[in-house]
Parts: sequence; structure tokens; C-alpha cells
Amino acid sequence: MLGEGIIKGMAETARNFFGSYHDADRMTTVQFPEDRIPAKENARNFPFLVFDGEDPAKGLRCVACQICEKECPPKCIYIVKDTVKKPDYIGKLQFQPRVFDIDVSVCMSCQICVEVCPFEAIKMDTDYEFGTADRFGGLLLNKQRLAKPNTYYRKIHATEAAEVDERLAAEKAKAEAKAKADAEAKARAAATAAAAKATPTPVVSPTAPAIAPAPAK
Amino acid sequence: MSELLEAPAAGSVTAAPRNYEILPKPTDDGEVGGDLLEVAMGPHHPSTHGVFRMDVVLDGEQVVKLKPVFGYLHRNHEKIAENTTYLASMPYTDRLDYLCSMTNNWAYALSVERLTGLQPPERAEYIRVITAELTRLVNHTCLVGFLLQDMGALGTPLMYAFREREIILDLFESLTGSRMMCNYMRFGGCRVDLPVGWLDQARSALDGYEEFLETFQKFLTENEILVARSQGIGVLPPELAISASITGPMLRASGVNYDLRKVDKYGIYDRFDFRVPLGDHGDVYDRYMIRVLEMQESVKILRQALRDIPGGPIVDPKAKIRGFRPKAGEAYGRIECPKGELGFYLISDGSPNPYRYRVRPPSLINLTVLEDMCLGQTVADAVIILGSVDIVLGEVDR
Repeated sequence: MLGEGIIKGMAETARNFFGSYHDADRMTTVQFPEDRIPAKENARNFPFLVFDGEDPAKGLRCVACQICEKECPPKCIYIVKDTVKKPDYIGKLQFQPRVFDIDVSVCMSCQICVEVCPFEAIKMDTDYEFGTADRFGGLLLNKQRLAKPNTYYRKIHATEAAEVDERLAAEKAKAEAKAKADAEAKARAAATAAAAKATPTPVVSPTAPAIAPAPAK
Repeated sequence: MSELLEAPAAGSVTAAPRNYEILPKPTDDGEVGGDLLEVAMGPHHPSTHGVFRMDVVLDGEQVVKLKPVFGYLHRNHEKIAENTTYLASMPYTDRLDYLCSMTNNWAYALSVERLTGLQPPERAEYIRVITAELTRLVNHTCLVGFLLQDMGALGTPLMYAFREREIILDLFESLTGSRMMCNYMRFGGCRVDLPVGWLDQARSALDGYEEFLETFQKFLTENEILVARSQGIGVLPPELAISASITGPMLRASGVNYDLRKVDKYGIYDRFDFRVPLGDHGDVYDRYMIRVLEMQESVKILRQALRDIPGGPIVDPKAKIRGFRPKAGEAYGRIECPKGELGFYLISDGSPNPYRYRVRPPSLINLTVLEDMCLGQTVADAVIILGSVDIVLGEVDR
């Protein structure tokens, strides 16, 4: 019968139209500013810098190695190295960024900077409300605006942050163990040197440095 | 004529009727043709699916000449890729065909893997098949919605199509972090593993999708208006399709059995049981039906892949993120993306950037036969013929 297909189609349309009134599953939209769909755990928008502890100036993980600046596809990251070194989370002296800017009007949220960062210092944020009247300055995020605490990172990407924290803790423990072993080795060397001094032998001169044993692995 | 255009002298205006006449318009080659009208459809015409212009010459309502004009979205994709590292052009491939970023990623990753000899682990191959087939569902759903919109079914089918698409985009978001610009595949594997419970979500999404396809079929395929609008319109003969190197659903709608998933068997496609739908008329209706049938086959592949996916690592241990420098050489990787054969040709000179990077875009090459299909059809049909080609301007212009 001519028109049968059209009638069937209309029936389907009517089912969808009335269905949305009594079946909550058929409502596919939310009223945005009031209701929000919670962000997915893997969601990403723009990068931010992670810092440990309370003080962003002290605990920033970034060491200004500039790998992300080189790898960034649209080149939206700008870094200037500081001239003085500061100790990082394992106590090693590292540079800090004096300037770290990300132009979020250029950034395309690709996450390459996060992947290439060897220091777990840059991560993806889920915040998307960047609307501003200042088109240039307002969208150029500086170091102060980018720095966010590790607790925030743990809140938005729980699983990923837990893995990162575990890895960093393991590295820190390893570094501490190594430092301890080094200190012990030094102490042992000093003791041997002292013993050698107490009973002088013609082989070792007192001024020559004692041969330190190989540091314990 | 000149007497007609002369301004009447003051006081000489009379009430007598004037003799206006329409003069023949000379054509490009100097001859005097009929009353032809040249219309520039686009680049802001909603039916052209992006910034695409069709310069049509019309004889009444019939198309006698059609010139596709594109390049409005050109952004130097190939040149940019030659000036960045291999990894850094991965997010740019998302933006080629912005409806199917996963398949674009896969094609690029495949050609780099051929260049370097990286081998993705089993699980990564399965994830790639799953995401690529989901992408095919997304693309064909959108295309069918847009095509129906071009035919005058304003809004409703497109909204249903987008509603279903959103379910798959949610899956993509929870896997990759982004709905459309996924940037998910890496050389020798994938970026992150599937989140906990993702496979179950995918299975339930698939159940809903099968149901949707059934209702969609029921309420559109038999629709008299759709049948009358699309059957016998824009016929593409198989000989022309082959000689113009058309690929994808457009080629298969003309009855040529050529699907890279069967021919090339890239990845692990030889393990799945699926059929390749073929058309026999090569008109718009066949191209529409091929897409609907391909979606059903994709659902079949997805069922098998979701059942068989093994555990294990997702990246080849030899793959490097930083300091990636393939040995000098060249490679061509191609896959059956939803629109046709998408290929990436790479030449490496051993530096961190490719020496030459070339994309074989199915959208652009499928567009070359647009004039042949449109000649002798009406303007309204030219719009749906363009819709059935399935182009995305990000890929046409690059």
C-alpha cells in the first residue's frame, strides 16, 4: 500500500516523542548550567602543572627540561629556564621553570606533553570553563595559574594519579636507600681511613684519599 | 537592446508597454548556448557538508555542468607533518576526517609500523578492531542522518542518529578522554588500556545499537519518499568507479567486490566472520543501503571481537615515545576507513621528522566522479548525490 512506509515512520516518531515524557531513559539531554554530566575519569581538556605539598613555588615537579615544548604539535608551550637549581622530590638538584606559559587558545588537548614528560609534572585537566573577555592575556595561562596541587590531580584522575604516586614513591624510596647506602659507605671509608691513620703503614700515605668501597646496590 | 536601456528623455514617458527580451547567454567557448544559469552552491550552503562549493551550470532545473571547488579548509597538513616529529602528527590525523579519528589514527600508526617493523600485541590489535568498527558505526549513522536531511527529512532522523552516535562517543570518551579527537593509537599499540568495565559498557551499547538499526530500517528503508527520491539517481557505473579509483561503500554500491578488510587483511581482520554487502545499481539508494548493511556487519565483527579479546600488554615493548627515529626507508599503510581506502605514504631519512608524508584521502578521490553522477539530474538530486558520496572537508582539503 502506498504510504504504508510513511505511516510506520510516523508511528516511530510518535513513540519517541511520547516516550520521552514517561521514560527517563529516553531523555538524552541535560539542562546544562544547572545539571551537568560528571566528567569521565579519562577526560582531558587542557594541561596543568602538578606540585607536591602546599607551596607551588617549592613543590613544582617541572624541571624545565623543555621536552614538552619541543614535542608539542601546535607549539603552544613556552618555557624559560631559571638560572638557579632547586632540589626536587628525591633531593636531586634540578632547574626550575622561570616562565611556563601555555596558550590555551592554541592548545589542541592532544595529551602529547603528558606522554613525553619524564617527571610526571604535566597532566591533563578536566576544567573547560575558560571563557573570558580578554582574548590574549586571559587565555595565556602562566605558571601561577597552571600550578595545581597533587591532591587535585588525585581527585580528577584517581586511578592514574594512584599509579603515578606509587611510581614516584618507589623512586623516592630507591633514591633514599641509595643515599643511605652512600652515607654508610662513606662512613665505612672514613672509619677505614681513621684505622689506617692509627696504624700507619708505608703503603698508604696519610694524605692520599682512602679507596672507597663500591657503593652497595 | 541599447534603445531599451537608454534613459527616456524628460517628458517623454508614456504609458505604452515596453518590449523586454531575454537574450541568449554566451558560453565559455564563445558559442551562444541556451538559457543557462550558473549557480555557486556553497561554500556556506548547508547541504554541502562543510565549506565546499559546487559551481553548477543549469539548464532549467537540470545540471549540465558541475565543477567542485574546494580548498577552503586547507591547512597544510602534510607540510606540518613533515616539520614535526612522527608522534606529533598523530593528533593532526584526528582532524583529517573528524568523524572517524580512530581509523585515521590506525592508518597512520600502521604505516609507521610498516616503516619501523613494530608489531602491536594481540590485545592492542583487538582494541583497534573494536574502536575502528565503532567508528564505522558512528560514521555511517551520521552519514545516513545527513543524507536523509538532504532529502528533506529535516531534523528527526538526524537527531535519532546523533542520539545513538553519542552513546558510542561516550565510550570513546571514557577510553581516550576525548569524544572526537581521540588521538588514541600509538606506534606499536595503543595509548592506554581499556578502563575497568569498558567491555561490558560496549556490549550493552551494542545491544541498543542493534535495536536502533532495526527501527531505523523499519521506519526509513521502506519509506516511499526515500525510495522515490533516491532510486535511479546518480548512477555510478562500475567501470567508471574502478577507473576513477573510487573506494569504500561507493565502489561496493556499484557492485565491485573490493574491501580492504578482505583483500589486505590488515591487523587481524582474517579472524572475523563477516560479509561484504554489494549493490547492483550504483544509485543513491544502493549507497544508502550499503551503509545500513555495513553497520549490521560491523555489529557482527564487534560481537566477535568483544567476545575474543585477550588480556596482555597493549604496546610493543620496543616502541619508544621520546627520541623516535625510524631507519631510512619508505612505507605505505592503508586501511578500509568508513569512507574508503585511507592510506599514508611515508619516507623516512632517519631523522625525527618524516622526509615526505602523503595522505591518500578517500573523500577527495571519491569526489572526482561527482560531475559524472550529477549530469542530467536536477539540482535537488545533485544535493543528495553529494550527500551519498560521504565527504568530510577536513579530509578533502587537508
